[in-house]
Amino acid sequence: MTIQFNDETFHDDYTFRNSDWAIQRFPFPFHEDSYMYSVNLEPHLSLRPGSVYEKTFDVDEHYVAEMKDRARVLAEDPLRCQSLPHMTLAGWDLLELIMVSKAREYPDLFELHRDGDRWHWINKPLGIEQKFVFLDETTLPCGPLEYITRQAQGDYALLDQRDDNLWMDAGMVTTQADWSLDFDIGMNFFEWHAPVPMASELGVFQRALKFLLNLQQGAPVRRLNWTMTVNPLLDTSPENYHKWGVQKTALTPENVGSKQHLRVELQTLFRLPRSNALAFPIRCYLIRLEDLVTVPKWGRRLHRVLRDLPEELATYKGFIRNRPMIVEYLSQFDDGTPTSPGVFPD
Amino acid sequence: MSAGTKKIDVTVTEVVEVNDLVKRFRFERSDGAEMPTFSGGAHTVVEMKDGGITRLNPYSLMSDPRDRSAFMISVRRDEQGRGGSLFMHREVKVGDRMVLSYPVNLFSLDLRAKKHLMIAGGIGITPFLAQIKQLEGMNGHFELHYSVRTAALGSYTEELKAHYPDRVHVYHDDQGEAIALGDLLDGQPLGTHLYVCGPKGMIEWVCRTAEERGWPAEAVHYEEFLAPQSGKPFSVTLAKTGKVIPVGEHQSMLEALEAAGVDAPYLCRGGACGQCETDVVSHDGAFVHRDHWLTDDQKACGNKIMPCVSRFEGRSLVIDR
Amino acid sequence: MSRFQFPPSIRSRPVYGTLEPRRGTAHLMVADAEGAEALLDLARAAPEMMAKAHVLYIPAAEGNDLADRLRATGPAQFYVGPSYAASVSRLRKALADAHMGLQIYLAGTEGLIGQAMQEAMSAGYPASAIQTEHRGSVARRVQCVHCKGVTENVSVTPFVCSHCGLNLFVRDHYSRRIAAFQGVCVDAEDPGDVPAQEGLYQ
Repeated sequence: MTIQFNDETFHDDYTFRNSDWAIQRFPFPFHEDSYMYSVNLEPHLSLRPGSVYEKTFDVDEHYVAEMKDRARVLAEDPLRCQSLPHMTLAGWDLLELIMVSKAREYPDLFELHRDGDRWHWINKPLGIEQKFVFLDETTLPCGPLEYITRQAQGDYALLDQRDDNLWMDAGMVTTQADWSLDFDIGMNFFEWHAPVPMASELGVFQRALKFLLNLQQGAPVRRLNWTMTVNPLLDTSPENYHKWGVQKTALTPENVGSKQHLRVELQTLFRLPRSNALAFPIRCYLIRLEDLVTVPKWGRRLHRVLRDLPEELATYKGFIRNRPMIVEYLSQFDDGTPTSPGVFPD
Repeated sequence: MSAGTKKIDVTVTEVVEVNDLVKRFRFERSDGAEMPTFSGGAHTVVEMKDGGITRLNPYSLMSDPRDRSAFMISVRRDEQGRGGSLFMHREVKVGDRMVLSYPVNLFSLDLRAKKHLMIAGGIGITPFLAQIKQLEGMNGHFELHYSVRTAALGSYTEELKAHYPDRVHVYHDDQGEAIALGDLLDGQPLGTHLYVCGPKGMIEWVCRTAEERGWPAEAVHYEEFLAPQSGKPFSVTLAKTGKVIPVGEHQSMLEALEAAGVDAPYLCRGGACGQCETDVVSHDGAFVHRDHWLTDDQKACGNKIMPCVSRFEGRSLVIDR
Repeated sequence: MSRFQFPPSIRSRPVYGTLEPRRGTAHLMVADAEGAEALLDLARAAPEMMAKAHVLYIPAAEGNDLADRLRATGPAQFYVGPSYAASVSRLRKALADAHMGLQIYLAGTEGLIGQAMQEAMSAGYPASAIQTEHRGSVARRVQCVHCKGVTENVSVTPFVCSHCGLNLFVRDHYSRRIAAFQGVCVDAEDPGDVPAQEGLYQ
């Protein structure tokens, strides 16, 4: 399948749109009518042709526009991509993982030709061609992490493993749900999750960490996370919160269906071979409520989940002030009939 | 699903007698594809079909992590062991098909280190061989102190000295040479990380000396594979099915579970990684805990066991499987 | 004197202990203001340690007699600095010259402890092996997440960023790398609607 890439923006005039294809394949995160924070990790195996779970790194119609948005954010704030000095090898691991996967899974879009350490990479959608020497930083225009993640949708964190913990020691973060790489870089697993309410009491982090420390090469896992965002703003960073926070007040009963978006993160985790670090890609998908409710099951279920969500979680996820309006809007699409199990449309 | 189940079908392409005690094996993928890369310090679990028994023994990868053509391991013959090393020495020939696990690293370099100080004893040299190759490719700063019984039994000493004359120091026990550990530790610049792999006594000596001299535990790394030890036979009951599984004298509980068709998790099979940690539902008897994973409190509590190396003596043991 | 009991908090917020003598080939001790009292306690517990100790002390501006008492414990090297900024190059030199076997003891305000820890970490010393003891002021160093400027001695929330002027709410989220707590705009969603200021531990 050849993808038609959208010409769209994720800021100012917000021309971002999902096609019918993108709506149908949206990674709806709720498998039942209620939500509680959990680890919910499953093997990252290819699932359902055409779905976002089919490929190692999903490429969709927003690819080119998202990469332009990333370049714009980095030009304004280069601190969004950082790598502590010992993480360069993990950056090369990630570059290899992404290039090899994309060239194999999207041969019409990406090519990788390797002759020993001399590599030749072709990215057709972005019009990039690069010959370089693998593991030689001087042959790339920037570090390996920055180079490859300027060409891959989603945020990326690289987690060093030592002292029975994981350390967020490198990352590219421009499409985040309100956390700062510049502030969190260097923190361990418990520290960077510290602001998440309730989960510490539930013990989910201890269990998740233990699982991840033993994550094996060749056996990646995935999970979904979600939040709510007003306007299709990819860069909901703390750095710019004083600029975008006010947009939350622009919601009215008339525009809530078009302005309010469900924001879903497809998080995957890979053991990296050379560095023994973990790659933690966090891919963001946005959908406006009026598009989401075109799938009747999703409209009914989202209404029930948001209505019944504990106060602390609605506050943490940043939509407590707009929850009544959102729930009111969604209630029109909930006739009270039961929903089928699982995340996919009926 | 067992976390350690990702497997590679390989063919033995080289068996070299390194000295009277040690043989080196080279494995290439049977389908001709490339091996996965790995990080220095990683091990692979080798599956051995020894008659009716399947043995699964972990061995450190000693080859260059960047070499995708093959994996290499060195195996020291252990006459007192349960038979894995004897099987490798006596039965494994060039052309044999075998199965290896994907690499797992429980002894990785701390890449923040300003300097890597390595201390090896005997066959404990193998993970360092891969780490040194990795550091060489990254211009890493390392120094190796390697203790062997005799010159004749010192595996890879000549190659190491030839390649890194200023960074490798070899000590021969039979000539009364010993590492001057205290002075060595005191002279290291701030930011040095210490790694030790070798016999149990050596690891204890190095860790104790480092602690006495004020080294933070975070800067001291060691790898000690515990081979499961033989013991009295016992039986274990699975809580989920009520099935009773006998564990033989020369078998580990993990091996007995696997032989009975139970898909139990594992990674290191040496009491270090924690992957096989199993809840004890009830017991009447005494545990023989041999792992490095459970805390002393957990061991005293008696509600967890590591079936890869630990055993049980008594009337009944019921585990949550 | 009584020591402040920090209320329980999230896991990124530093917790402080009580300095204890540890075996080591050398001892580096850094304190500001009332942190000297923690070093005096340490020296009382293990007087022999002081012969291998290098003490860097930054007294409070109003001055006190703790410097003389510290000197009297007989450290191998003793330095009194007028400010942290003035002392940091000496601290860096001490770390650069040090060998493994060094023990590090930090005592005083959170700002001093955090910044000295930052230096020790960049010299390759594991943060979790550094001993710390809080004494004195509970004011914080706070980094504005928006402009990245650090404001010293913050004891109320919200406060006005000394660099960009935004009204910042002080979080307990803490970065060892920056040696600061995080400050986030408090009135982003309702500009001008700033809650009343209160003390950090009120």
